[in-house]
Amino acid sequence: MAEQEQRRIERDEPDAPEAPVPAAPSTQARDAEVDALLDEIDDVLESNAETFVRGFVQKGGE
Amino acid sequence: MSLHPTTRRVMGIETEYGVLEPGRPGANPMALSSYVVAAYGTHVSTGRRARWDYDDEDPLLDARGFRLDRAGAHPSLLTDDPTRPAPSGEVPHEVARPAVEPYDDPAAANAILTNGARLYVDHAHPEYSSPEITRARDGVLWDRAGELVMLTAMRALGQNPALPDVVLYKNNVDGKGATYGTHENFLVDRAVPFAQLAARIMPFLVTRPVFAGAGRVGIGQRGEKAGFQISQRADYVEAEIGLETTLRRPIVNTRDEPHADPDRWRRLHLIGGDANCLEVATYLKLGTTSLVLWLIEQGAALEQPAAVVDALARLDALALADPVAATHEVSHDLTLALPLELADGRRLTALEIQREYLEAVTSVGEARSDDDETRDVLARWSSLLDRLATDPASCAREVEWLAKLRVLEGLRRRDHVEWGHARLAAVDLQWSDLRPERSLYAKLVQAGAVETLVDPGDVERAVTEPPRDTRAFFRGRAISRFGAYVSAASWDSVVFDVPGAPTLSRVPMRDPLRGTAEHVESLFEASADARALLAALGT
Repeated sequence: MAEQEQRRIERDEPDAPEAPVPAAPSTQARDAEVDALLDEIDDVLESNAETFVRGFVQKGGE
Repeated sequence: MSLHPTTRRVMGIETEYGVLEPGRPGANPMALSSYVVAAYGTHVSTGRRARWDYDDEDPLLDARGFRLDRAGAHPSLLTDDPTRPAPSGEVPHEVARPAVEPYDDPAAANAILTNGARLYVDHAHPEYSSPEITRARDGVLWDRAGELVMLTAMRALGQNPALPDVVLYKNNVDGKGATYGTHENFLVDRAVPFAQLAARIMPFLVTRPVFAGAGRVGIGQRGEKAGFQISQRADYVEAEIGLETTLRRPIVNTRDEPHADPDRWRRLHLIGGDANCLEVATYLKLGTTSLVLWLIEQGAALEQPAAVVDALARLDALALADPVAATHEVSHDLTLALPLELADGRRLTALEIQREYLEAVTSVGEARSDDDETRDVLARWSSLLDRLATDPASCAREVEWLAKLRVLEGLRRRDHVEWGHARLAAVDLQWSDLRPERSLYAKLVQAGAVETLVDPGDVERAVTEPPRDTRAFFRGRAISRFGAYVSAASWDSVVFDVPGAPTLSRVPMRDPLRGTAEHVESLFEASADARALLAALGT
C-alpha cells in the first residue's frame, strides 16, 4: 500500500530536480499576503493572550 | 560495485504532546495524560487492553559499552520492568501463564494501536510512538496519524461531561523552563563503532535546524530574553554525548536499546529534534538524517571505494570546536551567516556544513533511478540550502521556523509590538494546537501558505492501518484481528493468550523487516482465529 501510494503521490508532482524555484515576489506583495494571513489568524487567536501564555505551564518530559 | 544513497531505513518518531486543561493551569498533567490515553483506548477498544511487554527493554544499557547501575540512575530512566530474561528465536514460544493478571499501573496508561503505534503516558505527557516505517514520506503519514489520534482523544474527552476538557499541543517548550521531547529513532548497522557514528553525525545534527527547526519565541530555557530562535529544543542541549534524556540532554543519546537483534543493529535515539507541524520539515528531517547515516554505514564495509574514504574524511573534517555552544549559536542566528568554529580551525556557517554533508553523500554515488523518494529528498535538501543562503523568505512554505517567523514579523509590523509581547508568545503556542479550528498552522494550510506532502485521506487510513513493510504490520494486524487474545505487545514481541492453551505464546520480532505484509498478510487472511495463526507461524 505505502509503496503504491508513494508512487501515486510522486506522479502528482513535477520531478523535483526540475522543480522551478519560486520567483521572488516583491516585499509589498509579500506583506499583502501576510496581512491576509493575519486576518485569518485574528479570528482564532486567543483573545486574552497574556492569561493564555501565563497559564501554559507544562512539566518537563524527556 | 556501485553505491546508491537511499533514505530507506527502519525509522520512527515519538512525540510527547503538551497537555493543558483550559482555564485550570494547575491541573495534574499526569492525570490529564492518562485521560487522553484512556479516552482513545476506549474509543477504539477491541475488548481487551494489551499490556506493554517490557521483557526486552533495557534503557540503562549504554552504547559506549557499559551499563548504568539502576541504583545510580535518575528515576526517569527506569522505563522498563526487567524481571524476566530476554528470549530469542523467531517462532512463537511458550511462556508460563501468570496465576494473576500482571499488575498494570493505571497511571501507566497504555494502548497498542491497530496501526502498530504505541500510545501511552510518558512522564507528564501523552506520547504517540509511531510504528516502524522505512521511508521518510511514510514517516510523515504515521506522524500525522498521531495528531489525529490525539485529536480523537480530545474530542472524546470533550463529549464526556464527567471528564476534564484537554487541549494538546505538538510543541516542545512551555516558555517557563519545561521541555518535552520529539525523539527520532534510526536503526543503524551495528558494525559502525558508536564513537565514530556519534562523531560523524554530530555536526549534521547541530546544523540541521536550519531547515528542520520549528521556531520558538523566547531565548534561553525560561525564555529569559525576548526574541525568536530557530529551534524549540536547542537551549536545552547541555552535553555532546550521554545517556540522559530529561537532564543534561545530549546531542547524541547513547541509550543502547535496539528493540531488535543487537548483533545486527543499534538504534540511534535522537532527542534534540523539534516537534514539526510542517510536513516538509518532518520529511526532510527523516530523509536527510537517514542519508547521512547511510554514508556513515559505508565506512563499516571491509573494502571501501576511494570515494567513500574521501567522503568520510570530509565528514571527519567537520568536527566542531564546541558542539554544545554551536547548537545554541545556530538556533539564535536568524541570519544563517554566523561562522561556527571547527576543531581544525576553519570557520563554516551552518549552511556550509550542511552543504558539505549533502556533497559528501552525493559524491559516492547516485540514487537509483526508481528511488523517487531519495532523489526528491536530495533535490529538496540542495534547493533549500541554496535558497536559505540567498532568499530565506522564499522557504517559508517549507521551513517551519520561517513560516512561523513570517507570521510573527507580520504581527510585529502591523500591530507595532515588540518581541516580549504576550501576543507573539501566544502565536508560538497556538501554532501547534491540535484542534484544526484553533491551530494557526492549520490556518496556514487552509490559506495555501505552506506546502503539504501527504493526502489527508491517507493520513486517516494511517490512523488504523499499519505500515506494510515492517514488523509493525504484524503488531497492528495482531491487535486488529485478534486483539482480544493479545495479552501484551512491545516493539519486538506480541504475546498471545489463547483460551484453552496451557501457556501464553510469545512471538518474538527481533528483525524489524520481518512480519511485513509480504510475510504474514496471507497467514492472517487464512487464520480463522489466533490459535490457527500461531500454528501457522510455528511451522
